[in-house]
Amino acid sequence: MRSWYVAWIAGLGLAAVAQAEETIKIGVVLPYSGVYASLGGDITDGMQLAFDLYGSEIAGRKIVLITEDSEVKPNVGLTKTKKLVFQDKVDLLVGPVASNVAGAMRDFVHNAKIPLIIPNAGNNLLTGEKCSPWVIRTSFSNDQINRVMGPWLYEQGHRTLYLMAADYSAGHQMMEAVRRGFTEAGGEIVGEEYPPLRETKDFAPYLAKVKAIRPDALYVFFAGGLAIQFVKQYQDFGLKGEIPLTGAGWLTSPLFLPAQGTAATGFIGALNYVPTIDSEENRAFQAAFSEKHQRTASEFTVQGFDTGRLIVEALKLTSGKTADKAALVEAIHRVHFTSPRGPFRIDPATNNVIQDIYIFEMRQTGYDIRHVVIDKIADVQDPPNGCKM
Amino acid sequence: MFFEPTFLAIQFLNGLQLASLLFLLSVGLSVVYGLMNFINLAHGTLYMLGAYIGLTVARESGSFWLALVGAPLAIAALGALFHVLLLRRMQAASPMKQVLVTFGLIFIGLDVVRYIWGDFTHSIETPAIFSGSVQLLGEVYPSYRLFVIGLGLFVFVALYLGLERTRLGAVVRAGVDDREVAMSLGLNIELAFFIVFCLGCGLAGLAGVIAAPVLSVYPGMDMSILVLTLIVVVIGGPGSLKGAALGAFLIGMFETFGQVFMPALASVIIYALMAVVLLVRPGGLLPVRPG
Repeated sequence: MRSWYVAWIAGLGLAAVAQAEETIKIGVVLPYSGVYASLGGDITDGMQLAFDLYGSEIAGRKIVLITEDSEVKPNVGLTKTKKLVFQDKVDLLVGPVASNVAGAMRDFVHNAKIPLIIPNAGNNLLTGEKCSPWVIRTSFSNDQINRVMGPWLYEQGHRTLYLMAADYSAGHQMMEAVRRGFTEAGGEIVGEEYPPLRETKDFAPYLAKVKAIRPDALYVFFAGGLAIQFVKQYQDFGLKGEIPLTGAGWLTSPLFLPAQGTAATGFIGALNYVPTIDSEENRAFQAAFSEKHQRTASEFTVQGFDTGRLIVEALKLTSGKTADKAALVEAIHRVHFTSPRGPFRIDPATNNVIQDIYIFEMRQTGYDIRHVVIDKIADVQDPPNGCKM
Repeated sequence: MFFEPTFLAIQFLNGLQLASLLFLLSVGLSVVYGLMNFINLAHGTLYMLGAYIGLTVARESGSFWLALVGAPLAIAALGALFHVLLLRRMQAASPMKQVLVTFGLIFIGLDVVRYIWGDFTHSIETPAIFSGSVQLLGEVYPSYRLFVIGLGLFVFVALYLGLERTRLGAVVRAGVDDREVAMSLGLNIELAFFIVFCLGCGLAGLAGVIAAPVLSVYPGMDMSILVLTLIVVVIGGPGSLKGAALGAFLIGMFETFGQVFMPALASVIIYALMAVVLLVRPGGLLPVRPG
């Protein structure tokens, strides 16, 4: 009798191993509830579309996504990551959206030597001082998006700049990037303001101050409800048409545009993707996405899409093998392709993406308010920023 | 340039507008506390629900004004339901239990809002006649904000007259002053409390609707204003209409000018103000029951 048990258990074990060998498991830790739920959804949809288009089966192994909700909480994100690694035994990880959650996950994946591909969180440190051979970022760094705008604004004839951002690390990192570029070009920062992230209910006091100082331009970073409030109040207080509004491009994301309406026109922003990029790849991507989901793909969708494509192309290079994680990361470094946002590759020195940054203006044509690309800075690559692999 | 009269005047108006909003929110909370010693932490939730119901009404009907009337009525009705189902049973309970139950309601309210309206941030369109800006002292000022200030003043005057000149007002004043004696004289304090409670809820709903075009509508908007509202009640003196108005005025001004002149201290300054008031006048600035 006893030998029967042993045989059964051995058989089950073998079957489980065989099964595990059959599929490629990708553990996904993204917010599916809370304030960033729509971002988590966009990234997942983008990733799924990439598997649809570029292959969901590599060398006979099917790609399977195991999704977990990070709830935008660092401790929850870390717990879910551990569950995916220890219990589900995933081959690689994708996530998260928020930098604080990424910060909590970073040490664990670094020590466990499991590749983590970040499809959004932009904290400079993740591919700077706190970089890891196992942490790869397909989205952007806060520095990368904003750095180019300093010299660009100076070239446009602006000599004085007023900075305004929400008071948390992303806000400060972005303003620092602009300040550096703008002052090195010869411009002057004449004022800056960091309203508390949670408590700010009204920008009126700040806007009146900007108006009194009269800078050549105002440079801001706000997202979510703050972005909607800010854009509307900037118009209400009569700053629109007097002091040009510029900033990190998330201010007028397709997510917030319906609530902002015509108040958003005239804004000049920098971002790694806008839906109106005029290229074969982007048109094909938008068409495929809207056919499947009946909506416009956002910058978050593209980040998910490119993450999915990067995984597929790297797995093709390793012939579907995932056991050797170092070889997998090395394959990720070898992947180059043209994404809807332009040429895409990962910088082996920092593991951050090298990409084009688009400078756009919001313009109204008929009833539509659209992102119109007015300039492009090609192949923006972060300096190592203290990263030693 | 920050000491020019026009700049200060514009910031004064900004402060008044915040004060107006805080007054609408805190007056209900304050008077209900004065009458029944009942602290309703879910008051902010009613504010959020008012904003969301206003959003739906404004979208479906296309009229801000319908939302401005409809949402407060709906919230007042919700308050009545809340009173009948829960509050009546909670009256004998200890203050700690009341606080915990209403604290729990905050989370229920948050999930209800997420379930019905989702996680997106919304905004109500400013009504057409107030969508522009007016010239004021040579500066541009959004006319909708003047409307908010005017509405706050109007409600204050209406409540003041209601409290001083009507029979219900007299019953409420008597109840706040000395509940036992008022009841022994045969006054129906229960009914007065019920009416005041519903009115307070309706005003919270009204605050939600008028805040929506300026501050946008999102899950959690209740928590971002609840703390300020509680501070207003504490500073003004619980139970007092004039106290709520004075507290709202002070917090509106300190918050606004703090952000302008001492941005680094902006979030600390109102707590410092509260601490000073509590040290000097523990019962608030205009307490109903002196001593």
